[in-house]
Amino acid sequence: MTPPLLTSRNAGTNQHDAKWTAATVAALVVWAVLYSQLVPFSTWLVGLLPVDPASHLGEALIFFAYDTPKVLLLLALVVFAMGVVRSFFSPERTRAALAGKREGVGNVAASLLGIVTPFCSCSAVPLFIGFVSAGVPLGVTFSFLIAAPMVNEVALGLLFGLLGWKIALTYLGFGLGLSIIAGWVIGRLHLEGWLEEWVRNIRGTAAELPDTEVTVIDRITAGLDAMKEIIGKVWIWIILGIAAGAFIHGYVPAALLAGIMGRDTWWSVPAAVLVGVPMYSNAAGIIPIVEALLGKGAALGTVLAFMMAVTALSAPETIILRKVLSLRLIAVFIAVVTAGILAVGFLFNVLFA
Amino acid sequence: MKDIKVLGPGCKRCIATAEMVQAQADKLGVAVAIEKVTDYAAIAGYGIASTPGVVIDGKVVHAGGLPKPEDLAKWLSA
Repeated sequence: MTPPLLTSRNAGTNQHDAKWTAATVAALVVWAVLYSQLVPFSTWLVGLLPVDPASHLGEALIFFAYDTPKVLLLLALVVFAMGVVRSFFSPERTRAALAGKREGVGNVAASLLGIVTPFCSCSAVPLFIGFVSAGVPLGVTFSFLIAAPMVNEVALGLLFGLLGWKIALTYLGFGLGLSIIAGWVIGRLHLEGWLEEWVRNIRGTAAELPDTEVTVIDRITAGLDAMKEIIGKVWIWIILGIAAGAFIHGYVPAALLAGIMGRDTWWSVPAAVLVGVPMYSNAAGIIPIVEALLGKGAALGTVLAFMMAVTALSAPETIILRKVLSLRLIAVFIAVVTAGILAVGFLFNVLFA
Repeated sequence: MKDIKVLGPGCKRCIATAEMVQAQADKLGVAVAIEKVTDYAAIAGYGIASTPGVVIDGKVVHAGGLPKPEDLAKWLSA
């Protein structure tokens, strides 16, 4: 924890802020140096092993030795940055911005705010009830709940780092589009009556929280906390994901994958979604696999659909939401989102053929 | 005696928040009665959208994430 700053609020704060800012800049420089040394590092490391770098095993090992530190470095940076950005937002303020918003505009705003508002799935139920009871329309609430886990900093950061900004922006655009439209559709269906009864009966007034001072140090700390928490949670999935990716990279023949996941195979999108929906993984574990699949000729739309299916619909979140939604409403939610993901996959494969 | 309620479904942060409140109250010598509110309907009744939440003598002072120790000190000594 940070030391108490009660006594030196004014005189010391600026000096403290400057120190922390300088330390952050220094850390960023170290980061950049490490990142620039990845290729020599991985070649050197694999060169130490008695393995021919041109063999299957050698290729898989170089992929692994290069991708693991690269992904972890990128993830640390993006999660830190997002932690700082999120310290400017809170679910309560987002709710105030969305309450009473018309559908349409509200769906767009909710999806955008879903990206930057701090949200964890353990908080999904209080958030859902808090939104709905304070007058945020049901469809707008769903736009938020679809965008928040799907278009997240981990997914965007890794896509940007491993596959380039075009694919990251495409994912962002299609993810936002999906959450806006799916939320809007759910709103048009007028399913408020399908909420669990006790949820319908809550008519809370939004609490007014006292203003608290948020310093530069608090924001940097928020970034560091987010980094520690997320890296601590996902590092094992990243390593497993990269190992699977390295295997695909080194051993799976390109012709086989192109046949299964290529653009000409019409059923590959629904198959990818079917496989992806029940799977629950952080984007961190999926993206290294995605990178390897793409390298072997899998179609991008198919792969994006797979990724969205894994991140947007997860069993744990559905079980949590079951406390507030009736089974019928959950079924509609899953159906609408799945249809949207299928559309994204097909559309993408057609548009970017 | 201050009446403190920590709102949250029992996640790790909710427990940590309750411990922080107790520690800060001990440090300041403020007598507190801490109650954990885990029922979703009850939590929703306080009008917050993120947990953990902290309620002191009926007033919501915090929602979402761990509170800062210095803020807790301020609220407890108010």
